[in-house]
Amino acid sequence: MTRVSEAPVGGKAKKGGAGDLVEMAWDPITRIVGSLGIYTKINFKTKEVAECYSTSSIFRGYSIFMKGKDPRDSHFITSRICGICGDNHATCSCYAQNMAYGVAPPHLGEWIVNLGEAAEYMFDHNIYQENLVGVDFCEKMVRETNPGVWEQAKRTEAPNAGIHGYRTIADIMTSLNPFTGDFYREALHQSRVTREMFCLMEGRHVHPSTLYPGGVGTVATIQLFTDYLTRLMRYIEFMKTTVPMHDDLFDFFYEALPGYEQVGLRRILLGCWGSFQDPQHCDFKYENMSDWGRKMFVTPGVIVDGELVTTDLVDINLGIRILLGSSYYEDWAGGEKFVTRDPLGNPVDERHPWNQHTIPKPQKRDFDANYTWVMSPRWFDGKDNLALDTGGGPIARLWATARANLVDIGYVKATGDSVEINLPKTMNLPETKLEWKVPQWSNTIERDRARTYFQAYAAACALHFVENALNEVRSGNTKTWTPFEVPDEGIGCGFTEAVRGVLSHHLVIKDGKIANYHPYPPTPWNASPRDSYGTPGPYEDAVQGQPIFEENPPDTFKGIDIMRTVRSFDPCLPCGVHMYLGNGKVVQKRHAPSMLNSPE
Amino acid sequence: MAADSATTEREDVDEHGQPEVDVHVLWINAGLSCDGDSVALTAATQPTIEEIALGALPGLPRVQFHWPLIDYQVGDEFMDWFWKADRGELEPFVLVVEGSIPNEAIKSEGYWAAFGNDPETGQPITTSEWLDRLAPKALAVLAAGTCATYGGIHAMQGNPTGAMGVPDFLGWNWRSKAGIPIVCVPGCPTHPDNLSETILYLLYQAAGVAPMIPLDESLRPLWLFGQTVHEGCDRAGYYEQGDFTTEYGSPKCLVKIGCWGPVVKCNVPKRGWINGIGGCPNVGGICIACTMPGFPDKFMPFMDAPPGSTVSGAASVTYGKAIRELRNFTFKTVDEEPKWRKRGTKLLTGYKPPW
Ligand code: SF4
Ligand code: SF4
Repeated sequence: MTRVSEAPVGGKAKKGGAGDLVEMAWDPITRIVGSLGIYTKINFKTKEVAECYSTSSIFRGYSIFMKGKDPRDSHFITSRICGICGDNHATCSCYAQNMAYGVAPPHLGEWIVNLGEAAEYMFDHNIYQENLVGVDFCEKMVRETNPGVWEQAKRTEAPNAGIHGYRTIADIMTSLNPFTGDFYREALHQSRVTREMFCLMEGRHVHPSTLYPGGVGTVATIQLFTDYLTRLMRYIEFMKTTVPMHDDLFDFFYEALPGYEQVGLRRILLGCWGSFQDPQHCDFKYENMSDWGRKMFVTPGVIVDGELVTTDLVDINLGIRILLGSSYYEDWAGGEKFVTRDPLGNPVDERHPWNQHTIPKPQKRDFDANYTWVMSPRWFDGKDNLALDTGGGPIARLWATARANLVDIGYVKATGDSVEINLPKTMNLPETKLEWKVPQWSNTIERDRARTYFQAYAAACALHFVENALNEVRSGNTKTWTPFEVPDEGIGCGFTEAVRGVLSHHLVIKDGKIANYHPYPPTPWNASPRDSYGTPGPYEDAVQGQPIFEENPPDTFKGIDIMRTVRSFDPCLPCGVHMYLGNGKVVQKRHAPSMLNSPE
Repeated sequence: MAADSATTEREDVDEHGQPEVDVHVLWINAGLSCDGDSVALTAATQPTIEEIALGALPGLPRVQFHWPLIDYQVGDEFMDWFWKADRGELEPFVLVVEGSIPNEAIKSEGYWAAFGNDPETGQPITTSEWLDRLAPKALAVLAAGTCATYGGIHAMQGNPTGAMGVPDFLGWNWRSKAGIPIVCVPGCPTHPDNLSETILYLLYQAAGVAPMIPLDESLRPLWLFGQTVHEGCDRAGYYEQGDFTTEYGSPKCLVKIGCWGPVVKCNVPKRGWINGIGGCPNVGGICIACTMPGFPDKFMPFMDAPPGSTVSGAASVTYGKAIRELRNFTFKTVDEEPKWRKRGTKLLTGYKPPW
């Protein structure tokens, strides 16, 4: 449950009655990409997390070293921001460059980008869900944290056993055991096949070699799409059993642990910046962005309290605010403003990425003041700076697409309350319809469930893209790239969905060189610290106040419910998590000292 | 708890119920990196990580990975292995470093990159301190990816952190206590199989069945980086005929639109990217020289033709000669890092620190 803490973080450990609060931290958090630490205070009497702080231990400085470089290098450089979804950055950068250079790729080029990006979603969600998150739900983990739940799982028949072949919920959990579980290994294998699909389109995973502003260098032949399609159909067959299996597993948690919906629950504040351009409509002109944004095959949108506030990419763009809050940077207020008005004449805020300056100020970590390298992106709705989260990507994407009710390509169809995914016949399984319904909560289980469904959604979209690409090639349109010139002055912005959520790139060109470049990936949104107004970031907010269901007492406590919540957001920062107890009580032989208290 | 996610699952257990392990692999991903080399390793097929972890190859020692990307353990339980190694209680271990090493000496406080906390101060422990602590105790140090090997993207001109590669940090002539130089597997990211195969080689060397790993002057495994991209590129026929494209998306030679293949040491066009699929120039992507010590600075702007390649020449003879000259001339400079990647208290990258 959401609860904003008023108490300063760095206060002394509370003694006596308040001594029920035990400090616990996990740094580094493993099984994510990057470095994240989570620091908490837990009340073991009420079984609740009282406070939570999220910190990142790495600074690299992209916005700084990109200054003065050739703008055409930006997708090569920004791809290196992320080692699991770098291609999303490369794609987003090409979108921003297309806008700045006034170029649109040939339709075929755009279908190829969509196919590459679809493969990335299929790969990345798959490996993350089954090989990283799945371990939190595997036999070994459940036995160590909730032996009672394990016993119940052994007795519980899996409702969809007829489809996926695992008789009980315990059998599903066993199949998720690291390395020895058969589903764990099958998923690893699928993660490679989908990366082959990716490499067919974008050359090299994860930093593509064939993406350029103006299109792609990929040589489009019939064979290229045959190679992709055959692999895609095998993946679709895999999804037909994977989705019902995960439904069984996740539903079981609600059943076995009444109240589990409270875990990771937060106010529904979701952002999605849209994904997969439709080349029939997208001309990359800012002036037309509201229209072509709504034609994307994943609809952009901001969702507040369950309802859609906007689907307009121009609104989304103008609402972005970067607050410093508790991070290690100096404020840029009063600095040079690069863009005062957007191409439509709307005023652009000083705290908008187009006008941001990045001024690092390395300093000691202090939970009373500044404690992370992550800034706080927020979305201004005209009244408040909302701490939107991405829920790890899929939940926001499906929610926005369902509610906007704009997408209908047969293979996927929005209905207003749900998204239908229609998968054709495969080798061993008949035609299958899957339906993701807008859930009641934005919580840990629903974030994880949406991930499974979105894998199927991406695969279904890919079918549409292959058909369109093949039509182009069959009609003799094999051009994949449009020439362009770099202007002396220009601005651009790109919006897409990185695998784990919203991604924007903002570019300003002066004298033919990069004057300002600010990428905003999902993790700053999710992992942000308390901002300048004291509003905690989404991880902090979701963990803070959540109940604890783990059966272990403090000295063997693993924090599994907290780990599940943090991982449900699909954190992706070079970050991690340690574990220690406050009040001088040591859990492990070696432990990090009480980081939330100033050392005496 | 005994087994990690990536532990060998063979049944031998010692008197404490811990699995018997011949070699530990300690992986620090907290350099300045994108974790792309960790991710790449999960894509390897020759061999796969399962094959290494489950001992599916003959003569392989029993190995336990302590690898943040997929580790079962979290937080202190995970960090414990690094502390054990620091105390000399973990023998033997291979240290894998991912990411470039920022220069922590150019500022008065705080950290650029850290891994775990110092029990004395409660502050994060810098990645460079971990290197100082663990490198002398390691059987071998493996730098994975171009950031860790030579600095890479984060060590670009104008960077604020003074980042450098592991050999810049430890010294190019550094040797482990077993006499093994730093082993560099560059690539941005590293080719999946190049990394898994090098790990395999080191494990065999640790088991005493393979001789000293053969490395070139930039510390790269010789059998992987002995040839140029150009020598392995299936577009060389077009190059031969002087048939160069000026547009992306063509099957012809890419040298005039930014391919640096002729002077770059990398086996990707030959090996493909995953399971033989994908690559760079072979599938239509210019070679941006991501394996090279001079990457990225000496190859930017990437989309311009490399110097020398603008020499007109429809006939391959003329062009071939130009290429050879370009090679001899440029080989040396592109195989060297820019000068600012080194230790010291001054930031030499061109960035003016505000702190
Ligand atoms: S594309 Fe590059 S590597 Fe291939 S032949 Fe041309 S110059 Fe050589
Ligand atoms: S071919 Fe060039 S760009 Fe591709 S991986 Fe090798 S060095 Fe890097």
